[in-house]
Amino acid sequence: MTSSLIETVTGQFPDSVSASHAFRGDQTLVLRPESVLEVARYLKEDPAMQMNLLVDVTAVDYSTFGKSPAPAFFASSGVTVRPSSQIPDKDPWPGPPASARFTVVYHFYSTHHKHRLRLVVPVEESEATLDSLTPLWAGADWLEREVWDMYGIQFSGHPNLKRILMYEEFEGHPLRKDYPVNKRQPLIGPVN
Amino acid sequence: MQKTPSFLTTRLDEAIGWAQKYSIFQYPFVTACCGMEYMATACSHYDIDRFGAGLPRFSPRQADVMFVVGTISHKMAPIMKRIFDQMADPKWVVAFGVCTCTGGFYDNYATVMGIDTIIPVDVYIPGCPPRPEMVLDGLIKLQDKIQDHRASGRRAEHETRPEVFEV
Amino acid sequence: MMLNIGPAHPAMHGIVRIVVDLDGEQIQDADVEIGYLHRGFEKMAEEVDYNGVIPYTDRLNYVSPLINNMGYCMAVEKLIGISVPERCHYIRVILSEISRIGDHLTCVGATAMELGAFTVFLYTIKAREFLWDLVEKVTGARMTVSYCRVGGVKADLPEDFAEPCAEVFKEVRKVLAESDGLLTRNRIFVDRMEGTGVISAETAISYGITGPFLRATGMEYDVRKDSPYSVYDKLPFDVPVGTTGDNMDRYLVRMEEMEQSMQIVEAALLDIPGGAVLVNPETGQPIPAAQMVDLAKMGEIESISGGCAVMGPTLEGSGRAQHASIAVDEKRVAMPAKEDTYGNIEGLMQQFKLVMLGHGLRPPEGEIYFPVEGANGELGFYVVSDGAGRAYRIRVRPPCFAIMSALKELLVGDMIADIIPTFGSVNMIGGELDR
Repeated sequence: MTSSLIETVTGQFPDSVSASHAFRGDQTLVLRPESVLEVARYLKEDPAMQMNLLVDVTAVDYSTFGKSPAPAFFASSGVTVRPSSQIPDKDPWPGPPASARFTVVYHFYSTHHKHRLRLVVPVEESEATLDSLTPLWAGADWLEREVWDMYGIQFSGHPNLKRILMYEEFEGHPLRKDYPVNKRQPLIGPVN
Repeated sequence: MQKTPSFLTTRLDEAIGWAQKYSIFQYPFVTACCGMEYMATACSHYDIDRFGAGLPRFSPRQADVMFVVGTISHKMAPIMKRIFDQMADPKWVVAFGVCTCTGGFYDNYATVMGIDTIIPVDVYIPGCPPRPEMVLDGLIKLQDKIQDHRASGRRAEHETRPEVFEV
Repeated sequence: MMLNIGPAHPAMHGIVRIVVDLDGEQIQDADVEIGYLHRGFEKMAEEVDYNGVIPYTDRLNYVSPLINNMGYCMAVEKLIGISVPERCHYIRVILSEISRIGDHLTCVGATAMELGAFTVFLYTIKAREFLWDLVEKVTGARMTVSYCRVGGVKADLPEDFAEPCAEVFKEVRKVLAESDGLLTRNRIFVDRMEGTGVISAETAISYGITGPFLRATGMEYDVRKDSPYSVYDKLPFDVPVGTTGDNMDRYLVRMEEMEQSMQIVEAALLDIPGGAVLVNPETGQPIPAAQMVDLAKMGEIESISGGCAVMGPTLEGSGRAQHASIAVDEKRVAMPAKEDTYGNIEGLMQQFKLVMLGHGLRPPEGEIYFPVEGANGELGFYVVSDGAGRAYRIRVRPPCFAIMSALKELLVGDMIADIIPTFGSVNMIGGELDR
């Protein structure tokens, strides 16, 4: 049962799936960006899958993965602390998928069969566009708006792609790793 | 404007101050978690009504104290300013919770680090969230301020944040 | 006519802007705008270390903070691949359910108040105060508790927890009975709540709605039953399910869920494996903590090694006696007992490696998703780690985000006065919606 979801989808779409793993029991598939809508439709409508609940759509910016800055504690001694994991892992994670800057992560759940699946889609910064899943799940509307707001990834076919958590006058996409935490753009009042 | 204060005018100022401080009509500008402690203060256990401040007026035109409760983000700040401007004089502002006093621990792109950068504040009630006893203490301090506001002839000076912090 | 129900409005639930298009009193169209409480949780979570995120998680769904704490800690524990001691699981479940009762009380009370039943609000907040007193006995704080840690909880339950808990539940049941009598068959309440804000199960699932909202439409999906975590599979409880999906059903589902949560807590208090007793096993004499520290600094450790100290109120319950039941055994994750930190070099090293900048709790590289049943639905944490002491990405899947995205469907077709009970039963918590 554990790997059967991965096997079924890979068997159905052999060209779209580029990698897969089941780190800590979470079945995950890495897809090519063009095939998102097709695979999602299959996941929703196929009777063995019946993923009727789109749990979450989010994105991760992998541009500084593994490159945390050396903490100031050691700066004067000249010793750089490379962040290596100290808790060993018997079943390690394969690592960030592909070399693309962003990945968009979809989580699905089926209330009938009670199984979960994660789809990871690498997205290049230069062509940050994916197909929108709003024709299939109504909840994708706001979730994709949030991904646009926070990361700047566009979704073609989305009815209303505008900012949702930040205000319209805000420039930039806050959750990207190159957006500094403290950079405020106040509407009124001083920049403090 | 006050001329030389006489016995009758000071007594009148005190009486008006007494009446105003025990009949506060608050505008609760509730945004976040402090709202839960605000509700707790307003309800039976820590009754704020015994101080006369128990009636929230949900229109700024009818309110004299604005309790700013909870984090103010930059998206919300123009609305808060607008509501403050809509209140009629004399008006006071209470910064409830550390997010309104100084921004709390949300030092990031979205939060106003202290509402006193936008509107003048009279009483700061720190805490994350402040216990109802602290809120009542702040309310009593506010009442002292209200009592004196006419006698001093002007609203008390607001300490505005210095532009440059001397270290 | 276009009407703006602006961000600052009397409903005590949170700040949201609803721009409605009216035809007389009927709503033709509604545009919901959120984001007024966006505080950058996900960005802040990348700045602080794993245990430092816990106060931020408190303020997500601030009416039931322990459920968020528990969800986050269990997510990071899944990433690391450890599991806390069983007593710790029971403690977390007990406090989560108490939080859930508090959340539902607030929701029902606020909805009733907005419909004019101010008395019910006062009763439910009174019951919530009793629950918060209980929480304060255990954690030290009323609302924003920061109680769970990655690898355990902060401190054990106090010895005399079961009796005050039973008394508080008696009071809560009295309040529930009173509120039920005042509301459930009240003509005004029923007229305003029945038939308004109707949503079908298919539409709800399509929007991604979970929790009491979905259960009121007839679909039975509860994360505690379908993907059980912690010790929920050992505790007997039912999941109430509604039929029509209107406001009245949601109110009834929440009322029943409170009763079920109380049953869970009572069953857990019976089943909980015993904790250690706070006495000094060796000499039979409790040593004040300050004295122990002084002796240790002077090097006289023979007299104190193996002993337990009397802690002050802040650290009570986190001493060596309770350490085995509240924290996992893994040295790279959980802080040592205070007696060990001051008493022997291994404890000091463990504390140093976990606290100092540059070291810290470092899970292996990976990504996981862990869902728990929040008060509004499936609260999920998606954590990506690159092996450093800080999380690389933490995503919160907020349950009321999905419900608010469906608010337009709920409102269109109803009258403007129906916005109040519908919005009340959505139980929108700004901290969770906007993060």
